[in-house]
Amino acid sequence: MTEIRSEIRFMLNGVETALSDVRADETLLDYLRLRRALRGTKEGCAEGDCGACTVLVGRLTPDGLIYESVNACIRFLGSVNGCHVVTVEHLKGQDGGLHPVQQAMVDFHGSQCGFCTPGFVMSLYALWMRRTDPTEADIEKALQGNLCRCTGYQPIVKAARAISSYGRVETDVLASERARVEATLNALKDGARVEIGQDGQRLVIPASVEDLAAVLEAEPEATIVAGSTDVGLWVTKFMREITPVVFIAHLDELHTVTETDGAVSVGACVSYTEAFSALSRRIPAFGPLIDRIGGEQVRNMGTIGGNIANGSPIGDTPPPLIALGATVTLRKGESRRTIALEDFFIDYGKQDRRPGEFVERIDVPVPGEGTHYAVYKLTKRRDEDITAALGAFHLTLAADGTVAAVRIAYGGMAATPKRATAVEAALAGKPWSSETVEAALDAYGKDFAPISDMRASADYRMLAARNLLRRFHLETTSGLPVQVSRYEAA
Amino acid sequence: MNKHATADLKATRILGGVATDQRHDSAHKHVTGTAIYIDDMPEPAGLLHACLGLSTVAHGTIRSIDLSAVRAAPGVIDVLTGHDMPGSNDISPTGRADEPVLATDTVHFFGQPLFAVIAESREQARRACRLAKIDYDEKPFVTDIWDIDRRAGKLVTDPLTLKRGDAAAAIETAPRRIKGTMRLGGQDHFYLEGQIALAVPGEDTDVTVFSSTQHPSEVQHMVAHVLGVPSHAVTVEIRRMGGGFGGKETQGNQFAAIAAAAAKRLGRAVKIRPDRDDDMAATGKRHDFVIDYEVGFDDEGTILGVDYFYAARCGFSSDLSGPVTDRALFHCDNTYYYPAVRAQSAPLYTNTVSNTAFRGFGGPQGMIGCERVVDEIAFALGKDPLEIRRKNFYGTSDRNVTPYHQTVEDNIIHRLVDELEKSADYQARRRAIADFNAGSPVIKRGLALTPLKFGISFTATHFNQAGALVHVYADGSVHLNHGGTEMGQGLYVKIAQIVAEEFQIDIDHVKITATTTGKVPNTSATAASSGSDLNGMAAQAAARTIRDRLCDFAAEKYGVPREQIEFLPNRVRVGNQEIAFGELTQQAYMARVQLSATGFYKTPKVRWDRDKGEGHPFYYFAYGAACAEVSIDTLTGEYVVERADILHETGRSLNRAIDIGQIEGGFIQGMGWLTTEELVWDDKGRLRTHAPSTYKIPLASDRPKVFNVTLADWPEAHEPTVHRSKAVGEPPFMLAMSVFHALSDAVASVGEHTVCPRLDAPATPERVLMAVERVRAQTAA
Repeated sequence: MTEIRSEIRFMLNGVETALSDVRADETLLDYLRLRRALRGTKEGCAEGDCGACTVLVGRLTPDGLIYESVNACIRFLGSVNGCHVVTVEHLKGQDGGLHPVQQAMVDFHGSQCGFCTPGFVMSLYALWMRRTDPTEADIEKALQGNLCRCTGYQPIVKAARAISSYGRVETDVLASERARVEATLNALKDGARVEIGQDGQRLVIPASVEDLAAVLEAEPEATIVAGSTDVGLWVTKFMREITPVVFIAHLDELHTVTETDGAVSVGACVSYTEAFSALSRRIPAFGPLIDRIGGEQVRNMGTIGGNIANGSPIGDTPPPLIALGATVTLRKGESRRTIALEDFFIDYGKQDRRPGEFVERIDVPVPGEGTHYAVYKLTKRRDEDITAALGAFHLTLAADGTVAAVRIAYGGMAATPKRATAVEAALAGKPWSSETVEAALDAYGKDFAPISDMRASADYRMLAARNLLRRFHLETTSGLPVQVSRYEAA
Repeated sequence: MNKHATADLKATRILGGVATDQRHDSAHKHVTGTAIYIDDMPEPAGLLHACLGLSTVAHGTIRSIDLSAVRAAPGVIDVLTGHDMPGSNDISPTGRADEPVLATDTVHFFGQPLFAVIAESREQARRACRLAKIDYDEKPFVTDIWDIDRRAGKLVTDPLTLKRGDAAAAIETAPRRIKGTMRLGGQDHFYLEGQIALAVPGEDTDVTVFSSTQHPSEVQHMVAHVLGVPSHAVTVEIRRMGGGFGGKETQGNQFAAIAAAAAKRLGRAVKIRPDRDDDMAATGKRHDFVIDYEVGFDDEGTILGVDYFYAARCGFSSDLSGPVTDRALFHCDNTYYYPAVRAQSAPLYTNTVSNTAFRGFGGPQGMIGCERVVDEIAFALGKDPLEIRRKNFYGTSDRNVTPYHQTVEDNIIHRLVDELEKSADYQARRRAIADFNAGSPVIKRGLALTPLKFGISFTATHFNQAGALVHVYADGSVHLNHGGTEMGQGLYVKIAQIVAEEFQIDIDHVKITATTTGKVPNTSATAASSGSDLNGMAAQAAARTIRDRLCDFAAEKYGVPREQIEFLPNRVRVGNQEIAFGELTQQAYMARVQLSATGFYKTPKVRWDRDKGEGHPFYYFAYGAACAEVSIDTLTGEYVVERADILHETGRSLNRAIDIGQIEGGFIQGMGWLTTEELVWDDKGRLRTHAPSTYKIPLASDRPKVFNVTLADWPEAHEPTVHRSKAVGEPPFMLAMSVFHALSDAVASVGEHTVCPRLDAPATPERVLMAVERVRAQTAA
């Protein structure tokens, strides 16, 4: 029998905190600003895009305590159970003065209006703890989720490069209290389920995956919240009722990445950040794609399972996974079923997830030797932008240079992530030549009839989607540069 | 701690005087999260929160409005409509009475505020807003001026025509002629701190409003007007904004007025902070333009005559559209001399939010029209656009009269462009890019060098005035106040540097204080790049008054001639002895010397006769130039900015670090406007790009890969400005034209530079790709 407690427990800066009055849809940002008067953390957009609300969340992992930047505006308070929340107010230097990150920002004139600055400080702090000598690319990647409208970023990047000349990470505030925090967080792991009812709302934090299965069987219509990078907006922007809420991102069993010879198995709560290393090593095309999903904060929060389960036609991971022939495993109680990922997406907003079911894992076949695999994401702004169109191509050539097998999937081109089956058919068995590619372009009209919206016109989507096939062909057959690149190959 | 006791009395130079790289006065507070913005202020007991109910049609009359469910919602205390404004339901900044606080009858755009819910919590107010039942009688609407006859459209304010010579005849008789049209998108300010106001009711008719505004005096006047009370009843205060960029010049009025009206009605403090989406839907933006141009030129590329028609999407009311569209015309010349010119504006009514000030104030739109004309000439003649630009530069002794008949007296563009061309290695890179492109069928590079000249002064002459108030306390510490507002641009620290310099005291002895209408009245907006020019002079005047009194006092007390009194760092030499500044002020106090003074400044020389289209609207011009290189992908339209080199001048800079920050930030913001920042309305007239998820301002990774910013160290202001410095707020924004033209250059390469790509802005990847397709189609034919 799982023990049930009715309060969440976490650390806020230096203090262990227990709360029994937590609304299911209460955001961490509102808690910090309204209930704790910690007003260094700002609200800029309330949708996880500007980073003014960036705080660090420390959590215990098999590798020990790690701190990640997150957007407090779309992170739910309930989900910090068992974590260490660090706000800008906690930063200080060894002498009680400015922290090295802060001093660097001051000395390099990294703030103008200052409203975004605490968020930048926290993002840079998270980067510095990970990498004390970051490259330009590291810095820019760490700052993809932070908007500054004043400085043009130049002084902030200069400051980021210089942080280590202001202090050592080993003697830093979080390093010095690390043992105590670890002990505290370990003590908070009491194996209990948390259930809190407040203002007609209810939240549940299951004790384990087994417990999750039981909770969902009892409450099949509950809102499952992993990274809350989507559900957060249901609350902050649409003011939707999401009760009862079941938080799952803390479940260790859903954070596993298992590698075998031919596949990578990804637990549903593996974040983009966590997935990066294994996926980009085994399937190199995933690295650059993950770097362009959200900002660092969103990648730290958002999960591959969530990206699939929410069924968005512009989610970035389904098309490349479909092109690889990935499967998704759904679980209800003790029963599981595994289906092809492409079959999970039925129609706009409609997925093959039955009441009480949850996504447990995704199995991703690794492309074989000699196959070609590429993923291309098109956006208005290169980084931290939602896809206008995304194409994933998986090609196996026969010894005679003909197309032995090809799987192509697109996002942003239909109401769901969708395979280009007519295009695939037009390529299959033919020589992998520009003539074949040109002849196959007509088939796009059979596969897709995209819409026009604020991200792109239907004409652009169609033209660019076709051109991505041309690009894929050029990339696999010529040595020509076919993509603009911000970062030259090392 | 008695600060002056720690002052270095042997220093040879004060800390933080003018021409030092003094850091932003609030930098240490920014980085620690202790800088207090309005939403961070401790909240008064009983604070209520307001939320605006917005219209859901683009145009129509309100048939009925049922707010009963709103009123009954949890936590709701009151609901205000336009009928509840005790004085006047009007916040038109031009006095045209065309902009209600809350619309009562006619709705002019999707997202127009109709009512305000006042509730115990912000969330309750937001939730209640959604319960209104409003029945509209919908009318046809126009959101895009592209869809209408722009020469016959309804105007929101009077158009302007600038004329010199006979443009029609010059074009008619020119050896070559080109005619074209350019579309140019608007821009959301995306200040990180959204609009906000907190109103605290006082006694009698009094109210204090903390408003995130660039124009506290106008907020004061608007609130008084809406409440029906004299201006003296209203005090408006702002310590700092989290960004302004023009978006808080008039756009804060509505929020302040509603908060104040509710606060007085309910006798409780009221705060209003719209959600980002509501902020973007309900507040004005940079004007989009459609520019028609016709130019006549000779075979060498010299412009002989040009005719422009600048049509602007103004939205439903005049707001600042008159002066914005005027300024567009004032910059239809940029750095170029037109022997004959006509430029006309059309400030058009549309069913969109009323567009407003934004860094450059129409100037960027004006300039980019003329840069397109220069490009057209270059393509027509098969020449490098830089050659055509240079050929048409204003002269220094002749060919120097603008379309508004002001003579350009301070032209330094030739030297700036020459120096930048060399330092950026323009010619060699031009050749290298041609070579690269010849061997690269998919990725193409482009290069452009664009000049910049921007007129400094408010074109409404009366705004060119400023006041300041300086107190010196007996201990020698100084309290500084002036009419300028701090939005991140570093105005406060620059003015403090000026005052520190006057008194010769370290800058940390100068207390920078919040801008408030109670200390300095009748101020102008902190806008038009004029903040330090105007307020710096006013503060300097106030400091000088006190300094003179201290001199008189010292001369009398110590019996030395005034010439023997000298202000040294942190001390004053009086004859043969040196007295600490704080000691002298103590003595002066004891001797009953007034140590408080106001200062005032009005810009000389400026005058403008709008009816005639003639005058001297600008005190001086600011200059700069930028060179940008890009790579584009001709399969997708994606691009990166490979490099940008900037050479800009700010006279004798008051603070090079701050000025470089303005240049870098302005450039990137301008780049956003011309590249990824796209405003999209749907077929219901609803803005679809109303949050950062859909509206894309530049990121750190959009910066040029190589970004060289240099302040030209040789210019000084032609006019006697404060310490011969020059304005820097807006001009660098327009340096980003270099990126736009580099994109155009890269697109043109697919047609061997024989066809002008006529790239429209913003040059999103989609527009770049479509331009590539267009050029390919034209050159294939």
